Amino acid sequence: MAQPATPTVRVVTLRIDDHDLSAREDETIIEVCREHHIPIPSLCHLDGLSVWGGCRLCMVELEGQSRLYAACSTRVAEGMRIQTQSDRLRRYRHTILELLFAERNHVCSVCVSNGHCELQWLAQKCGVDHVRIPYRHVAYPVDSSHEMFRLDHNRCILCTRCVRVCDEIEGAHTWDVMNRGTDCRVISDLAQPWGNSDTCTSCGKCVQVCPTGALVKQGTSVGEMVKDQHFLPILARRRHLS
Amino acid sequence: MHPEDLAEKAAQFRAEDAAIKREVRVCMAASCQSSGAAPVLEALTQLCGDGGGTCRVKGVGCMGLCSAGPLVAVADKDCDLADSVLYRDVMPTDAPDIMRSVCGAPVERLRCPTDQPFFARQQRIVLENCGIIDPDSFKSYVAVGGYAALVKALSEMTPAEVLREVTTSGLRGRGGGGYPTGLKWSTVAKTPGAQKYVICNADEGDPGAFMDRAVLESDPHRVLEGMAIAGYAIGANKAYVYVRAEYPLAVERLQTALRKARGAGFLGNRVADTQFSFEVEIRLGAGAFVCGEETALMASIEGLRGQPRPRPPYPAESGLWGCPTLINNVESFANIAPIIRNGGDWFAGIGTEKSKGTKVFALAGKIQNTGLIEVPMGTSLRDIIEVIGGGIPDGKTFKAVQTGGPSGGCIPEQHLDIGVDYDSLKTLGTIMGSGGMIVMDDTSCMVDVARYFMEFCMTESCGKCIPCRAGTQQMHGLLDKIANGQGTAADLALLEELCEVVQATSLCGLGQTAPNPVLSTLRYFRDEYEAKLADG
Repeated sequence: MAQPATPTVRVVTLRIDDHDLSAREDETIIEVCREHHIPIPSLCHLDGLSVWGGCRLCMVELEGQSRLYAACSTRVAEGMRIQTQSDRLRRYRHTILELLFAERNHVCSVCVSNGHCELQWLAQKCGVDHVRIPYRHVAYPVDSSHEMFRLDHNRCILCTRCVRVCDEIEGAHTWDVMNRGTDCRVISDLAQPWGNSDTCTSCGKCVQVCPTGALVKQGTSVGEMVKDQHFLPILARRRHLS
Repeated sequence: MHPEDLAEKAAQFRAEDAAIKREVRVCMAASCQSSGAAPVLEALTQLCGDGGGTCRVKGVGCMGLCSAGPLVAVADKDCDLADSVLYRDVMPTDAPDIMRSVCGAPVERLRCPTDQPFFARQQRIVLENCGIIDPDSFKSYVAVGGYAALVKALSEMTPAEVLREVTTSGLRGRGGGGYPTGLKWSTVAKTPGAQKYVICNADEGDPGAFMDRAVLESDPHRVLEGMAIAGYAIGANKAYVYVRAEYPLAVERLQTALRKARGAGFLGNRVADTQFSFEVEIRLGAGAFVCGEETALMASIEGLRGQPRPRPPYPAESGLWGCPTLINNVESFANIAPIIRNGGDWFAGIGTEKSKGTKVFALAGKIQNTGLIEVPMGTSLRDIIEVIGGGIPDGKTFKAVQTGGPSGGCIPEQHLDIGVDYDSLKTLGTIMGSGGMIVMDDTSCMVDVARYFMEFCMTESCGKCIPCRAGTQQMHGLLDKIANGQGTAADLALLEELCEVVQATSLCGLGQTAPNPVLSTLRYFRDEYEAKLADG
């Protein structure tokens, strides 16, 4: 008689909001939510890239736990009961988005990503119709030295999707982050103009995964920068298979 | 090596200077050096010469009463601090008088009484050798019983027995979190993995805290011994000490200790002639406070950008280079040798029900006796500040004591009678932290205090997560506005809301605890905030 193969990864059942679901135990909460179209806001997580856990928008409540958990970096477990929407979570997400809007210059009306921006879209979803937090009004530089692309630090939310896609998918590691706190800035090579970069392959993946108008194509005008991220899960899967 | 062989060695080291009867000990820790201890040591050494073979001058580690430095103790050999004649504020010109007093009457004009509560009320376990032995001398550490615990563990105990002693002792992490050390050790021990690591966190960064620096500068071998015992217990053969580069003297003494311990066969291959091998390396921090957070610290050791990552997985499961890793603070490791030597039950007999042993505190701010003290857990804050610390100078009155650095909070007068332990401080809205205590008198403005700590967190935030990066910045702006008398009730409300969001959503401990100084000052001194409001 054939022996059943011992599974290395178990399947667990859990409850997210009102849905009873099953999931592999090596999946994170956000992956299960995405699979079942349960909306959880996030600006740093992207299917195909490593976990970052920086935007803190995907925080959820676990039954029996007083502290919150980031859905992108928390694995599911048997019997877990997860609450993705509550007054408290909505309030926190609202405030975090406000903090982002106040931190740098996010004026949608003049942005090439207007209408195609994940920050803008999330703000609308979360009902951020005004910002109570004082704007900082700090001017950051714009790097237009690359012949095809442009980096506008004023629109950057430091989600590091560009850093991760360049390192993990393209394998160039052109991008990194320098400084700390609010002085953080995404840099190409060792803080050289992007156009002078020796490592950049001009593949444009960073531009496509950027959630805002920070990384865009040259020559786009207001609202013209539409991004396409469909390549990412496919490339990521190929990379992990090979 | 058999314990008897080590005991023989220790006896031999003691016999080498059996002729020495009297010692002149000069504190050569960082704070006494900064007030001029080096020339004092030089002058005394010159005058002493060979001391007729019966007297010697030596540099030792921290004696605790930093405010009175440079400190010089004249004592019989093998005599501890409380029984010595202690001199304060010593100048090189005082050397002849001190040398004359070695065999004669004490110099009354320099005398610092050692029967005062500052010395009498302490119980020294971690600091037992501080200010007595020469930190650069391997022999003097062995002579006072050093490495006996390691040899005992290696030759007479199984790793499981070591774990049991540490668990029985009830020791909790001295870095501030208070996680049970025994539990942490056995978790790493039970996690499968061919390669495991031990890390000593010596990235002490809280403003006003200098416990770990003093231990490393005064008794570095004790930390190495604790680490080696940990390595044996959990099955690790490689360790790192992560020290901040701002502690050059501690680094230097640690390097010397490493070299000598390796030379004597207590580190490296076949520790003390057993099958156990244990290598220790030093890694220097480059000045980021966040690197005291364990995941950021490990990233830094790996050569990556020092920023935290989400936990779980905890280091016990996936730490340095993905391997199971034990990470403890300097003071935790410094407690291990006495626990193994005297047994876990002995240690569990000291302290309170849930916080065992002693705690080293660094007293700073508006207090008579600034310096380093070690008291049993459960000692009341009033005892620490008014009796041991000598109260508030210049006839001012006490206002608050800040514990736990930028992650902690302020405790006002009405709660001074509480016994200090991990849990009692938590109920007051602050934390034990690593042991810094900053005392404030009635001239301190609590909004200023909160603003100071928020500025610290803002500049030390790594920038990875939004609540901490942008939230601390906004909170600092609001505190600044309120402190300058331009804040409104709406600003105060927004500040409180930001506190809640940053506390609940930040990625690591730095952000999660950054609002604590604001929340605790709001809890006890709300009237000061309201008095400063423009529309109040």
